[in-house]
Amino acid sequence: MSRGPGAYRAEAARSLRDDPGVRDSVGSATRSFDTHRAKAYAEIDSERWRDWARDVKTHALTHLAEYLEQAETRLTERGVQVHWAETDRDALAVLDAVVGRHGIRTAVKAKSMVSEELGVNEHLERLGVRPIETDLGEYIIQLLGEPPSHIVGPAIHKSLDDCRVLFHERLGTPLDAPPDRLAGAARDALREAFLAADLGISGANFVAADTGTLALIENEGNIRLSTSLPRVHVAFVGIEKIVPHFEDLAGFLQLTARAATGQPIGNFVSLIQGPRTGDEIDGPEEVHVVFVDNGRTALLEDDEAWEALRCVRCGACLNICPVYRQTGGHAYGWTYSGPLGAIIAPGMLGLKQALPLPHASSLCGACADVCPVRIPIPDLLVYWRERAVEGGLAPLSEGLGAKMYAGLAERPGAFAAAAALMRHTPWKAVGRALPVLGGWMQERSAPEPSPKAFRRLWEEGIE
Amino acid sequence: MRVALFATCLADQFFAEACADTVRLLRHLGAEVEFPAGQTCCGQPAYNVGHAREAKRMVRHTLGVFDEARYVVLPSGSCAGMLRRFYPELVPGDRSEALASKSYELSEFLVRVLGVESLGDGLAGTRVAYHHGCHALRELRVEHEPITLLRGAGAEVAPWSADRECCGFGGLFSTKLPEVSAAMADTKLDTLPPVDVVTSADGGCLMQLSGRSGHRGDDVRYRHLASLLWQGVGA
Repeated sequence: MSRGPGAYRAEAARSLRDDPGVRDSVGSATRSFDTHRAKAYAEIDSERWRDWARDVKTHALTHLAEYLEQAETRLTERGVQVHWAETDRDALAVLDAVVGRHGIRTAVKAKSMVSEELGVNEHLERLGVRPIETDLGEYIIQLLGEPPSHIVGPAIHKSLDDCRVLFHERLGTPLDAPPDRLAGAARDALREAFLAADLGISGANFVAADTGTLALIENEGNIRLSTSLPRVHVAFVGIEKIVPHFEDLAGFLQLTARAATGQPIGNFVSLIQGPRTGDEIDGPEEVHVVFVDNGRTALLEDDEAWEALRCVRCGACLNICPVYRQTGGHAYGWTYSGPLGAIIAPGMLGLKQALPLPHASSLCGACADVCPVRIPIPDLLVYWRERAVEGGLAPLSEGLGAKMYAGLAERPGAFAAAAALMRHTPWKAVGRALPVLGGWMQERSAPEPSPKAFRRLWEEGIE
Repeated sequence: MRVALFATCLADQFFAEACADTVRLLRHLGAEVEFPAGQTCCGQPAYNVGHAREAKRMVRHTLGVFDEARYVVLPSGSCAGMLRRFYPELVPGDRSEALASKSYELSEFLVRVLGVESLGDGLAGTRVAYHHGCHALRELRVEHEPITLLRGAGAEVAPWSADRECCGFGGLFSTKLPEVSAAMADTKLDTLPPVDVVTSADGGCLMQLSGRSGHRGDDVRYRHLASLLWQGVGA
């Protein structure tokens, strides 16, 4: 079980020290994702697309109640049972009722981050239902008993050899099986699950308010099967997933796929509007849509951080993030990792619980350059750091240091004198014991001050 | 042309010779260089970790120091990014806007304002790897300028797959999360092509990379862009 965001530094250090293979796997997969993303962006006028996407999402978020009600009306008209869940408990209670009423034993699950956030699998197990992840990556990590390490590529931290060993042990494939053979073995196992399941669980990438349409993007066909084969389909949907119009899906489905994997569009796009009707030969008999708040309204009410709710969960910011690339997602200690996770954690979990995630960034700004909905991620990271300082959550010594430093910076003579004093301190001898320099010297050789400060060179005259 | 040098607190102490080379370069190109004595720190270290109140004090101080300057040139893309991008947000008003619009990172100033593209042949035969500091690259959009100038001084700029990836410095980030920060530097160093020298427009990045090289025992030579360009003049 995860130790939470508070253990980020320790978990990151442990991962780097004990699991160097994770850094290799995550590094090469994210670089590949990002290379494809860059190519796919270059094929379109991505600047304009991103402006459009930002504006549509901003409009939807500033009229959220209106669009949610519209979606509820349309969905209800088509026989969908709509539920509103303020908390994770409220959301899971929908499952209690469905499982009890239908006597459900097996559930197949489409890849869904909100269901990770809610703890759907654990809850189903408590209800005596066997949840089976049907996305290949999710299937792999479910066999391993691990949470997703990436919002798009959940098993991104595993190498091909890791998977060969796992499948050899669990599904009996040879140790040198090619990737196709591994996928084939998973497909065989999952086909039985699809046929046995009486409940399908999914999320949704988007919900069009004017038609009440759930849109789901995927590459493997497992979402199509999970949402159409079982008798009952339950979709958990974050309230921020709403877009005003059905036509908006055309832009978002393409832009999201380009941002996530560099594809012009997902291999499969499912548009779901309700249960099977009289003349249809397939589809579930019963469809539930659970609109989940679980901290999102709190984020929406924040004057600055609300912009993070534009997120379409493409993972582009994780893929380009030099910090995320070192460890993958597990070190972050909760469902959403990388730059995105760091800016929504304080709103959704509470700032104190989310620390130090807003500090898990060098503020390099690479994420803001790729975000398809132009979330000002670095600015929001700084925003949460400021809120932590205001809330008395920053280390006391740091606050004191900042005040002293500012005081010196306002008095140039004192600043120069303090600098001169620093130059004569034997860093190499004492540095490791000091708060800031200790962190530096743990991993790096001590910085060498110039023989004379520039100020002195200037006074002496520069030839 | 009058140019005020903002040496920046880190370069003043750790890259003093690069500051001096900035002066030499600017003078060589015909500028009259001033060094306003009241300058200290731009406030970025405090701003980045969330101490906005202290950062604002340093912003106000710096605004006073450079009020009279026609141009302000910094041997640091990161500090120039602070002035350009964040001063107007932290202390809104004409003085911040004015300083933001007259402040330049060195290579940016040479290429965009002075129109310089070639300097000399002092770097002929030198193979260089250029590290794009994040703030020069993404806050100032300075990308081709340093490369143009290095080539314009005779250097061969080696392709480097990770040249635009963060070195892991990030100010206090490097000491708050030293393990991750060091791993980021390793990503850079592990992909570094064989070169005579590694350079960058930012002393902070060079300190991070050279500090990590030293820790690993790698034999890599680092020089600040300003010093390399001055060498390139061949004077």
